[in-house]
Amino acid sequence: MFNVSNLTVSVEDNEILNNFSLDVGPGEVHAIMGPNGSGKSTLAHVCAGKEDYTVLNGEINLNGEDLLDLEADERSTKGLFLAFQYPIEIPGVTTLTFLKSSLEAHYKANNKEVLSTPDFMKLVKKKSAELNIDDSMIKRPLNVGFSGGEKKRNEILQMALLDPEICILDETDSGLDIDALRLVAEGVNNLRNEKRSFIVITHYQRLLDYIKPDFVHIMYNGKIIETGDSSLALELEKSGYNNYIK
Amino acid sequence: MPAVKETVKQVDDIGVDKYKFGWSTDLETETAPIGLTEETIKFISKKKNEPEWMLEWRLDAYQRFLSMKEPEWAKVNYPSINYNDMYFYSAPKDVDGPKSLDEVDPELLKTYDKLGIPLKEQEILSGVKSNIAVDAVFDSVSVVTTFKEKLSEEGIIFCSISEAIKDHPELVRKYLSSVVPKSDNYYSALNSAVFTDGSFVYIPPNTRCPMELSTYFRINAENTGQFERTLVIADKGSYVSYLEGCTAPQRDENQLHAAVVELVALENAEIKYSTVQNWYPGDENGVGGIYNFVTKRGDCRGKNSKISWTQVETGSAVTWKYPSCILRGDNSVGEFYSIAISNSYQQIDSGTKMVHLGKNTSSKIISKGISAGHSSNAYRGLVSSHRRAENARNFTQCDSLLIGNKCSAHTVPYIETKNSTSVFEHEATTSKISDDQIFYCGQRGINIEDAIALIVNGFCKEVLQELPMEFAVEAQKLVGISLEGSVG
Repeated sequence: MFNVSNLTVSVEDNEILNNFSLDVGPGEVHAIMGPNGSGKSTLAHVCAGKEDYTVLNGEINLNGEDLLDLEADERSTKGLFLAFQYPIEIPGVTTLTFLKSSLEAHYKANNKEVLSTPDFMKLVKKKSAELNIDDSMIKRPLNVGFSGGEKKRNEILQMALLDPEICILDETDSGLDIDALRLVAEGVNNLRNEKRSFIVITHYQRLLDYIKPDFVHIMYNGKIIETGDSSLALELEKSGYNNYIK
Repeated sequence: MPAVKETVKQVDDIGVDKYKFGWSTDLETETAPIGLTEETIKFISKKKNEPEWMLEWRLDAYQRFLSMKEPEWAKVNYPSINYNDMYFYSAPKDVDGPKSLDEVDPELLKTYDKLGIPLKEQEILSGVKSNIAVDAVFDSVSVVTTFKEKLSEEGIIFCSISEAIKDHPELVRKYLSSVVPKSDNYYSALNSAVFTDGSFVYIPPNTRCPMELSTYFRINAENTGQFERTLVIADKGSYVSYLEGCTAPQRDENQLHAAVVELVALENAEIKYSTVQNWYPGDENGVGGIYNFVTKRGDCRGKNSKISWTQVETGSAVTWKYPSCILRGDNSVGEFYSIAISNSYQQIDSGTKMVHLGKNTSSKIISKGISAGHSSNAYRGLVSSHRRAENARNFTQCDSLLIGNKCSAHTVPYIETKNSTSVFEHEATTSKISDDQIFYCGQRGINIEDAIALIVNGFCKEVLQELPMEFAVEAQKLVGISLEGSVG
């Protein structure tokens, strides 16, 4: 379904991803862990189509289609979602306006009829209630003055609205207290189904207590050096990366 | 290519080359002798069949102009203007003054049709669009004014200034140059000497003008300056909302537009004046475009009067413009809402003056500057209170948004208070559309053009909301067009 193969990426002549490969099947949850600087966030950004990276080799496929030639917005409308580690602020644009523009772009790209404003409002109300997001939050400018928890819940709200096939969560647990973490994890779990897949990038085992992964990968120096099940994360939490890094 | 670089490129490609109104109309015209002399002024005055006092008034202004120097304090650069290479009067042949619609040259009607300006009264009345009365000024003459009769039923005078000089001399003599004196500045003196046409509005006491009034200015002829003169008088307890639009053909040489607009609000009267300025801005290398040197000032002469300026400035190569309010009457209110967009090599030095003279006067300034390309965009504003202006209040907010790395934004606020009860607040921010914002929007499916439109419209939302409904949608589109392709 989502396949990254032999991906080599550099930034200003520094190779960050080195022949990286990962295959994600429908409905699977893959956790990627690894020490700082191993290339996890780069992987997330390159998959989503951020500029400033040079792809030297490899492919990123979603349902057999190569994403590398597509712009970020096209990858999004084809079903790739990235939950940002640091969601971006846009002053003057209310969250609601942003959600509407985003959803309309998706509907238009997929030749679906755009929702009427009342239907859109109903949908937003329903999805935001599930994430304990109140009306006042979505009327504020996007991410401006949001707490860490509000920012991350807002990311999950967008994920819920856009109905993606592959979701990449880039350190979604960073900056969250226990309650917010549980809320965000529940939001993600509610979105799990037999078709939708997740790549969960994290430093800590804690998130994986809530979002149970099917696979856990250790990433180091731009590639995966070890793959296991959820017990691998527990092992890492106990003994650190040293046993795996040579 | 990083997103912002690409954006800047798109802005360069589309913003300027796609100036929609760059075509010109072929018409037989009548022009004044080239250059600025007493002969030219006499020619203009004679063409307009003006009374003797008007000619003397003009010649007096010309003498004052000769003794004045071009202002150099604004943050704009342009080669000095040779007034002897320029025509000061150009009019389509056989147009001596505004006529009824049936008599207007069909070629002219087509021009306005192409510009999207409704000149046919019936069409508007049929309910598709709300009522807007239009005075259409083509180069140096007003070609038609619509809805005149309907307005005159209420005692409202809406006509060209040339007509007003002939038909309502008492009003003109009383109010003309009472807000902007002839020798107020270099360009107001020039305008007073050679002004050709513009609009005149008088709203009688306790009358609410039933429709939006508007003037549409079009520069068509080559090598010709346009010198418009507009005078709006709102008598006691009246209200009027007035709109102004402008376009010009795409030409390689620079053309001068030096206008004077005067507003007078008497006791309890309110004037709302909105401008969408879209003169030709020059090409992507900064060749051509209009020099827009304009003096706009409103006088809140009576108690409890209010004047509100709203402007959307997207065109012109060089803009020098400070719509201002003199808050003379006690409890009077002045407002200034501005969106100024500069792209490619455009230069803007614009802002406002709020002069508090009366007691309990208040003013509000919301200025949104957006710079892209190689442009320079300066806000220059003055807020002052006289020693007798008890309890003067001002709130100023100046925000600048930068797109790309080659443009600049400047904020130059002057605050002068001579009364210790004044409370003046000033807030300013400068921000930039970042690659990260573009990427974030992209990741949510919003393409680069729509993302910029979304961010920019969010940035100037407060000002767009101030425009009359009829203009708001147009202006929102224009904001999009002048920065990238089109906005839905």
